[in-house]
Amino acid sequence: MSAVTRRTFLRTSLLSGAGLVIAFHVPRRAMAAAAPQKPLPAPNAFVRVSPDGSVTVLLAHSEMGQGIWTTLAMLIAEELECDWSRVRVEHAPAAPAYAHTAFGMQMTGGSTTTWSEFDRYRTVGAMARDMLVRAAAQRWKVDPGRLRTANGYVYRGKEKLSYGQLAEAAEKLAPPTAVKLKEPRDWKLIGKRVRRLDSPEKVTGKARFGMDVRFPGLRTALVARAPVFGGRVRSYDAAKARAVPGVEQVVQVPSGVAVVARDFWSASAGRDALQIEWDLGPGAEIDSEKLTASYRALARTPGTVALSRGDCDAALAAAGKRLEAEYDVPYLAHAPMEPLNCSVKIDGDRCEIWTGTQFQTVDQGAAAKVAGVPPQNVTVHTQFLGGGFGRRANPRADFVGEAVQVARAAGVPVKTVWTREDDVRGGFYRPLFVHRIEAALDAKGLPAAWKHVIVGQSIIAGTPFEAMLVKNGIDGASVEGVVDSPYLEGVPACSVSLHSPRNEVPVLWWRSVGNTHTAFAMESMIDELAHAAGRKPLEFRAALLRDKPRHLRALQVAAEKAGFGKPPPAGTARGLAVHESFGSIVAEVAEVSVEKGRIRVHRVTCAIDCGLAVNPLGIEAQVQGSVAFGLGPVLKSELTLKQGRVQQSNFHDYEVLRLDEMPRVEVHVLQGKARMGGVGEPATAPVAAAVANAVFALTGKRLRSLPLRLA
Amino acid sequence: MKLHVNGTVHEVDVPGEMPLLWVLRDVLGYTGVKFGCGMAQCGACTVHIDGKAERSCTTPVSAVGDRKVTTIEGLSADGSHPVQQAWRDLDVVQCGYCQSGQIMAAAALLAANPSPTDADIDAALAGNLCRCGTYQRIREAVHAAAKRQRRTRP
Repeated sequence: MSAVTRRTFLRTSLLSGAGLVIAFHVPRRAMAAAAPQKPLPAPNAFVRVSPDGSVTVLLAHSEMGQGIWTTLAMLIAEELECDWSRVRVEHAPAAPAYAHTAFGMQMTGGSTTTWSEFDRYRTVGAMARDMLVRAAAQRWKVDPGRLRTANGYVYRGKEKLSYGQLAEAAEKLAPPTAVKLKEPRDWKLIGKRVRRLDSPEKVTGKARFGMDVRFPGLRTALVARAPVFGGRVRSYDAAKARAVPGVEQVVQVPSGVAVVARDFWSASAGRDALQIEWDLGPGAEIDSEKLTASYRALARTPGTVALSRGDCDAALAAAGKRLEAEYDVPYLAHAPMEPLNCSVKIDGDRCEIWTGTQFQTVDQGAAAKVAGVPPQNVTVHTQFLGGGFGRRANPRADFVGEAVQVARAAGVPVKTVWTREDDVRGGFYRPLFVHRIEAALDAKGLPAAWKHVIVGQSIIAGTPFEAMLVKNGIDGASVEGVVDSPYLEGVPACSVSLHSPRNEVPVLWWRSVGNTHTAFAMESMIDELAHAAGRKPLEFRAALLRDKPRHLRALQVAAEKAGFGKPPPAGTARGLAVHESFGSIVAEVAEVSVEKGRIRVHRVTCAIDCGLAVNPLGIEAQVQGSVAFGLGPVLKSELTLKQGRVQQSNFHDYEVLRLDEMPRVEVHVLQGKARMGGVGEPATAPVAAAVANAVFALTGKRLRSLPLRLA
Repeated sequence: MKLHVNGTVHEVDVPGEMPLLWVLRDVLGYTGVKFGCGMAQCGACTVHIDGKAERSCTTPVSAVGDRKVTTIEGLSADGSHPVQQAWRDLDVVQCGYCQSGQIMAAAALLAANPSPTDADIDAALAGNLCRCGTYQRIREAVHAAAKRQRRTRP
C-alpha cells in the first residue's frame, strides 16, 4: 500500500465524527461515539460455545496486564449466563470486526476498553444466549419465552439442557435482530470482585508472550541501530559477525544492520562483532540539558493559543498577589518488562506476525506495506503483552515494521528481539516538557488570572494521525489536563498556549500521556497558590471545585481516609492532588518523609470515581500499579541525552520503582452513576504533585522538576 | 555438557559462556524463564540452583555444573506450590511477565525463612522489578503463602 493510500486507509478507518483521539485525549466526545451501534455485531466473532460446554471469548483488545481478559469475559458471561468456570479467552485476530467501537481501528489504549466494549460485549452475550434458548425451544417444541437460563443450562421447569448439548443447533440459527440486556439489579458478575482468568497460566510460566514464540525454522535477529536518533548506516563490515558460531546472515534494513542467528546468544555476539560507520546527522547535536534551557526561554514567549479568556496580561498587571513558577519533566522510557520483539513469517503473498501489540490495525497495515502484500493477507497473532504502557501502540509501527524488513531481507522466518539497552535507547519516549505559569490572586485569595505556556514535542506530529488530531496547531495530548482543568473554569482571565518544537527524538504516549506533566504542573501550582493565599490545600481546592461534585467527593474521601484533620505520623507530611483524565477522577494523598536526604513515600490514599466499577478487584490493582508506575519518575526515572547519545542503558541507570520503595496504596472505589471512565491510566497522573506537595509541607522546599531532588 | 533441569538431565552442546537463561529458553524450551535486562538488574530470569534463587541471565551455563536447576515449570507439577496458590488467591499478576521470577524468588525466600517480615520480603524481592506495580499484592501474597506453607508443613 502506498503512503497515500495508507494514510487514507487510516483516516477512513477511524470514526470521523469522534474527534479522535488516538491521542488518548479522549473522554467526552469519543465516549458518545461508543453508544450501541445500529447493526448488531456478529456474535460468533466474539463468543463461541463448544459442544463440550466450554465458552471461548474472543478479545478484540490486547491483554497487557490491565485485566480486560477477565473484564470483557465478565460482560459476555453476564448476559450469556454461562458457567464462569468454563470460560476461556483468546486474543482475536486482526480483522475489521474487532475495530474499536469509538476509534474505528483495532487497538488498545487510552483507558477505553471497558467502557467502549460495555455494550458490544454484553450484546453478543445476550445474542448467544438467545440462540441457545431458541435451540432448546425447538428441541422441546415450546415457546422460548417459557424457558430460563442459569450457569450454562437452559431450563424448562426442572428439566434442563446444557449449553454444550445445544451448541451445534444454536450455531445454525440466525442471530437475533434485537436483544434486551439485563437490568443492573439482575447482574451477577458486573460489579463483583472477580479474580483474573489469566492467573493460572501466568503463575506457572505457561502464558505465552511474544518473546516466547517458537516454531521450527524461526531464527532470532538483533538489529544494530544508530547511536543517535535519525542516524543512518554509511557502511559496514560484517566479516567478524558472520564468523560467530550460530550467525547465519547479516542483512541491512532501513533502521540498521540485522544479525540473524540460530538463537539470541549467537545473534547478540554477532551484533557485538559488527563494524558499522554511521552518518549521524543532526540528531548528534541533541543535549537534553540545553533542550530544557531552550524550552524555558521559549516558555517566556507566547505560543499557539489553546485557551484564551479575558485580558490575562492586564489582569496579571493589576493583581495584588502574583506568582510565577516553572515546572519541567524529562524524557522517559516505558521500559515494559518484556523487551520489544516480533516474529514474522512471509510465505508468498501471505505474512504472519506474532507479537504483543496494542495497535493491530496499524501494525497489520505497516507489515503489509513492507511485505508488499494486501493488509488482509497479514495475519496478526496477538500474544500476551509483557506490559504496554503505550510503547506497543506506535503509529509508526516501529518494531513490527522493522521485523518484517528483517524477515524480508533474510528470506527466513525471524523473531527480532530488542535487548533492554535497545529499549532504553530506542526512543519513543514520553517527551520532555516545560510549563511556565503566571497566576494572580484577587482580594479574596482566589485565582484572578492564569497565564500558562507549555513547551514540548507533539506526539502526533509527523504521524499518519497528524491531520486528524492536531487541531489549529494544537496537539490535544500536549495540553490535556490544562485546557480542560476545572480549576481554570472559574478564573476570569486565562491564557494557555503551546510551543511544539521538533527534534529527532521520537516520542510517544506514556501511561496517562499529557496528564503525566500537566497534572504535576496544575496541582503543584494550585498548592503554591493555596499557600500564597494562606489557605489549607484541601480547603482551597474545595473552594475552587465547589461546582464539581465528583471532584469534591473524591478529594474528601481521599482526605478523610488518609486521616486529614489528624496530625500525620512524626517526621512525615501529607500532600494532596486531584485530577480528571480519561473520564475518571482520582484524588490522591501522599504521606512522605525524608530519610538521609532521600524522599520516601510511605502511603498513598486514593479515591477513584470511574463511574460504574465493573470489577473493583481489578480497579484496585490498576490504581496500585498506576501509583507505582507514576512514582518511578517522581523519585528516580530520568532519561537524558548528551551529543545525541542517550546516557542511560538499563535498569541500573534508568531506575524504576522497586518493591522496597512501594508505599502502602489504599484504594477507595467510589460507586457512582456517572458515565463510565477509564481505569488503566488516570491514577498515574496525580501522584507526582501529591508527593511534591507533601515534600513542600514537610520541608518548605517547593520542587518543580521531576524527578524530585532535595539537594 | 550435562544440565539438570526440573528433574531431567539434558545433554546440551553450547558454548560454556552462554548464559543459563538462553540455554533454558532457546535450547531447551523453558520459556517460563524470562529475559528482562541481561545484567541481573530485574530478576525476571530468576531460577533456583540447588534451591537458591539465582539470576540465570548472568550465570554462564558452565558454572552450573551438576547442581540442580529448577525453573517455574518445575516449581510444582500443577501450580500447587503455596506461592503459586497465594498468587492466584490474591490476584497478584497483571501482565505477568515478571511473575515467574517473582514467584521463584518468593519460593526461595520461604524455603529459607518460613515467617518473613515485610523487611525480609523487601530485602529478598527488591531485585525483582515489576513495571505493572504489583508490589503491594506481592508482599501480601508472600505473607499468605507463608501462612499456607506453615499450615501444610507444621
